[in-house]
Amino acid sequence: MPRTRRTCAASSKIASSRCHRGTPAQTTNRDFQEKGRTRVDLFEYQARDLFAKHGVPVLAGEVIDTPEAAREVTERLGGRAVVKAQVKVGGRGKAGGVKLASDADDAVAKATQILGMDIKGHTVHKVMLAQTADIKEEYYVSFLLDRTNRTFLAMASVEGGVEIEVVAEQSPEALAKIPVDAIEGVTKEKAAEIVAAAKFPADIADQVAEVLQTLWTVFIEEDALLVEVNPLVKTGEGKIIALDGKVSLDENAAFRQPEHEALEDKAAANPLEAAAKAKGLNYVKLEGEVGIIGNGAGLVMSTLDVVAYAGENHGGVKPANFLDIGGGASAEVMANGLEIILGDPDVKSVFVNVFGGITACDAVANGIVQALELLKSKGEEVTKPLVVRLDGNNAELGRKILTDANHPLVQQVDTMDGAAERAAELAAAK
Amino acid sequence: MAIFLTKESKVIVQGMTGSEGQKHTRRMLASGTNIVGGVNPRKAGTKVDFDGTEVPVFGTVKEAIEATGADVTVIFVPEKFTKDAVIEAIDAEIPLAVVITEGIAVHDTANFWAYAGQKGNKTRIIGPNCPGLITPGQSNAGIIPANITKPGRIGLVSKSGTLTYQMMYELSDIGFSSCVGIGGDPIIGTTHIDALAAFEADPDTDLIVMIGEIGGDAEERAADFIKANVTKPVVGYVAGFTAPEGKTMGHAGAIVSGSSGTAQAKKEALEAAGVKVGKTPSETARLARAALAG
Repeated sequence: MPRTRRTCAASSKIASSRCHRGTPAQTTNRDFQEKGRTRVDLFEYQARDLFAKHGVPVLAGEVIDTPEAAREVTERLGGRAVVKAQVKVGGRGKAGGVKLASDADDAVAKATQILGMDIKGHTVHKVMLAQTADIKEEYYVSFLLDRTNRTFLAMASVEGGVEIEVVAEQSPEALAKIPVDAIEGVTKEKAAEIVAAAKFPADIADQVAEVLQTLWTVFIEEDALLVEVNPLVKTGEGKIIALDGKVSLDENAAFRQPEHEALEDKAAANPLEAAAKAKGLNYVKLEGEVGIIGNGAGLVMSTLDVVAYAGENHGGVKPANFLDIGGGASAEVMANGLEIILGDPDVKSVFVNVFGGITACDAVANGIVQALELLKSKGEEVTKPLVVRLDGNNAELGRKILTDANHPLVQQVDTMDGAAERAAELAAAK
Repeated sequence: MAIFLTKESKVIVQGMTGSEGQKHTRRMLASGTNIVGGVNPRKAGTKVDFDGTEVPVFGTVKEAIEATGADVTVIFVPEKFTKDAVIEAIDAEIPLAVVITEGIAVHDTANFWAYAGQKGNKTRIIGPNCPGLITPGQSNAGIIPANITKPGRIGLVSKSGTLTYQMMYELSDIGFSSCVGIGGDPIIGTTHIDALAAFEADPDTDLIVMIGEIGGDAEERAADFIKANVTKPVVGYVAGFTAPEGKTMGHAGAIVSGSSGTAQAKKEALEAAGVKVGKTPSETARLARAALAG
């Protein structure tokens, strides 16, 4: 059994500090994301709170955003604490984002060091102060979506903690994977099956099974896409505790989860993404120069690719964003989309790529003309060249509307590949 | 012939009386679909007039089937009620349920998918979050625009709606046997593999075009299936080569994590199975033409 984790944890058996945070979910399942519209990833302290709410055993802990607050919290926690950076990225221990504080003064000092620290591009705005624990063993358990088998999956290993992703990759037999039926759920029998498959020691088997059942409650009742505990620890007294957790929630379940909105980290969102979201637009900021607007997720993804290929011949310009305005493409939505794109200082040219299906191209063309007028009336006149490609139903009619409108910055190209080429060329020339 | 849907199909619409349901029922009727009823428990016994065609409203899917012999349901009900609507369709043992609704919670989809399995998979589910399917000139179950293509001998299966339309339009001079939009959610009913198997068995299909996108491993598994089971030429397209890791590209399922789910990996898997993969939708259409000519 590899014991790589002990190289770090053994030096101080007290603490929930670890060298490295692994997520086998990322390496063994193809459905995981750090950030996105349809999923809300929680901070550790938020996961801890959700665990506590559903009865999963956790250590006492409080989140703070100023070093001074560490003193009072540490005293409340019994005079010692682990100070943990709250960032949504792995490897924070290695980066110095987890430190043991021996008293209240030390906690203030450690919080001062960690707050404001940059961990892999994530600034630490909050730290969690957690009770210390006497850790004997570190395990791993999770529930997640199994896309391939169209069901849910439980994963568990007695080799949790540090380097679990290495365990997942190098000794996959040490990571048990048990399908969980969406209707049956994790019954007492299913929990026992998971515990047996992962070979948890007999003295804690019942405790772990119980924790699995409460974690399943979190997974179901919170509409989670991932609930992961790493490490799940055994303490000196033989108690099982969820020491660190990762939870992702399904935004599509917002209609029955009104409390989830408050868990979103709105401050961390890109300002353009936040503005787009406020307008109900499906927008993702990327690193590039060609602004993209299109209808339909697949077509927009394809547009990004075609622009990137075209950019290879034009100084390496790239798409600046993903923006899907949906099938309707009304004037108002088009105006909102253009407003977001033109507000991006990186954008040098804009490519509007619309296929007229249900909404015919003449309606889309009218939408574009009205959008340009709408922006002008708001004092946000378009100052960047716009390449428009209309194809599909009533394409000829739509093109004529744009030709007649004769906007100085609007150019039309009839094919997607040709229009991408033109947009890339214009972005490179700027 | 065609797959899953023909001119013999008798179609009902769950959520027909809602605004989306009405709009698309009118469009489906206009493209020749035999719509035999709608379902809404609160409006049972009434009729809805669609430009002169009166469509009766039934209280349940079961009643609609008993009265009309319906074998296809198209589901437009809002996302919070979709799970119950699909379960009702499964209980009524309707052979095909097309779930158009987008934004369904994954737990709900996992639930109705498991339920369909428990009931012996008597109902084929397409979707959720999909444009539905069309057999041009015969029937149209969903929101695919019927007037951008015509009947022909290409079979199309796609995760993306607008890319489906784009491809139907680019190859409209050749035409299609059936076009199936399977949707881009993390859990879907009918997969690429199901449609590939059906097109392989369909005597009216000569060539299959398969459109995939980043996320999951459906395309890789389809590639394995093609290698072992498909004798007809297959041309492919995969969207999302430039999508960065960790960002959802519109569809809940379109997400790259680590080296998994990338467009490059999917393209390579498909090519290894003998599928010609286009770099752009237009190039894919050219490859399809060449394959049919060759």
